[in-house]
Amino acid sequence: MTGTAAEPLRETPLKERHVALGARLIPFAGWVMPVQYAGILQEHHAVRNAAGLFDLNHMGQVAVDGADALPFLQSVTTNDVAALEPGGAQYSLLPNERGGLIDDIIIYRRPSGNGYFVVLNASNRERDVAWLQTKAAERTDLNVTVEDVSDRTGMIAIQGPRAEAIVQPLCGLDLASLPGFHMVEGEIGGVPALVARTGYTGEDGFEFYTPVERIGELWDALVRQGASEGLVPVGLGARDTLRLEARMPLYGNELSDDISPLEAGVGWAVKLDKGPFVGSEPMRTMKAAGPPRRAVGFRMLERSGSPRHGYEVQVDGRPVGVVTSGAMSPTLGENIGLALVERDVAGVGKPLEIVIRGRAVPAVQIKTPFYKRPGA
Amino acid sequence: MASPADLRYTRTHEWVRRDGDVVTIGITDHAQNELGDITYLELPDVGAAVAPNEPFGIVESVKAASDVYAPIEGEVIERNEEAVESPDLINSSPYDRAWLVKLRVADPSQIDQLMNPAEYDAFAEATGH
Repeated sequence: MTGTAAEPLRETPLKERHVALGARLIPFAGWVMPVQYAGILQEHHAVRNAAGLFDLNHMGQVAVDGADALPFLQSVTTNDVAALEPGGAQYSLLPNERGGLIDDIIIYRRPSGNGYFVVLNASNRERDVAWLQTKAAERTDLNVTVEDVSDRTGMIAIQGPRAEAIVQPLCGLDLASLPGFHMVEGEIGGVPALVARTGYTGEDGFEFYTPVERIGELWDALVRQGASEGLVPVGLGARDTLRLEARMPLYGNELSDDISPLEAGVGWAVKLDKGPFVGSEPMRTMKAAGPPRRAVGFRMLERSGSPRHGYEVQVDGRPVGVVTSGAMSPTLGENIGLALVERDVAGVGKPLEIVIRGRAVPAVQIKTPFYKRPGA
Repeated sequence: MASPADLRYTRTHEWVRRDGDVVTIGITDHAQNELGDITYLELPDVGAAVAPNEPFGIVESVKAASDVYAPIEGEVIERNEEAVESPDLINSSPYDRAWLVKLRVADPSQIDQLMNPAEYDAFAEATGH
């Protein structure tokens, strides 16, 4: 998912700040992004114990507006958009006609109640936008517009138990009264922003959307305010281990064009009774028959290398699936992973073997999420 | 940081110390820095034969698994159990506490062909990020 040689990599407006902070920059989804600053483990622990600041300017955003924005979104996503109150946020999926997935997304209903704001994975931005615009054009009966606003939208996140204490003094909002998966409009450190209590780490925290030219100002205000609270910048490396511990799927690993959400463990975001949507019939058929594969969590039972994306999974020497994500969990101090396996071998407590460099290493399926924050 | 003067270096970022017919192998500070937090180390058993340009061990960081190579043929006479138990020593002490294996070799003069510290520093600079 890196940029091709023909296409120059895009740079986040925060790149100079990352360089000054000593970040290691890598190509990711067509962008140059920080993979780590002080080190993945240190950054991971900072988010679990204090707070971390994330540059998410590579992510895509589209505005979906018009009188028929709701029926349009209902027809191209899996979750029930009608359930969203003004300011509400929802995890959802963009299905293809075969019942696989084009992307996983967050849909926000704007606090005003007018229209929706949809956040896309960086690696899928272009094809998501093209898909949504094609679908909107097909529906000549609907009054709806789909606009790619990624280039003018800045996005960063603060995550961790100290997040609210850091952000609160910078704004006039009452953050304690902002529930999870809700968004308000306000000013943070003088910067106009949409403030959402959402994230991708398993911790409390906020994601901010601002005019792109103001995002550096907001980053600086948070860095200054967070210094005494243990706030550190966090790169893509720790973002991946954090989301894995919280069992949040990553498109390209747990989710793909050829994996059904019913297999991937995100069936809770599929509302087949809301009315027809793209891919709903294949999903209904699969649900009736039972999904052939299941996404399961496991931990390794012996000291070994880490399970990694693409490693084969066996039971009694027979191939039964593949590791979708795996890592040495910084919080748990052991090797954990997610695998997509034949349904007959799936079940908490049941054994798996992960093939690491030709050796089948024993593992056992365990309950997920691997990590749940205290009190959550 | 400048690489230690008494060692020789490979293009795969190992360091090599010669002491009679015994050579000690580890990975360089540049390599550990590129790998990031090291979480796992796999080494051959004592008595194993190693050959040039064939991986004899694995170093894993949070992000990736990397092979470790010997620049010379030999037999493993000692392996660093402390580094196996605490692979993060490779990050904190790559030239000292986190040596990896000691080999008995037939022709230790082969290592004289490896890069000297100045050559390695220039090489690492050119290939690094």
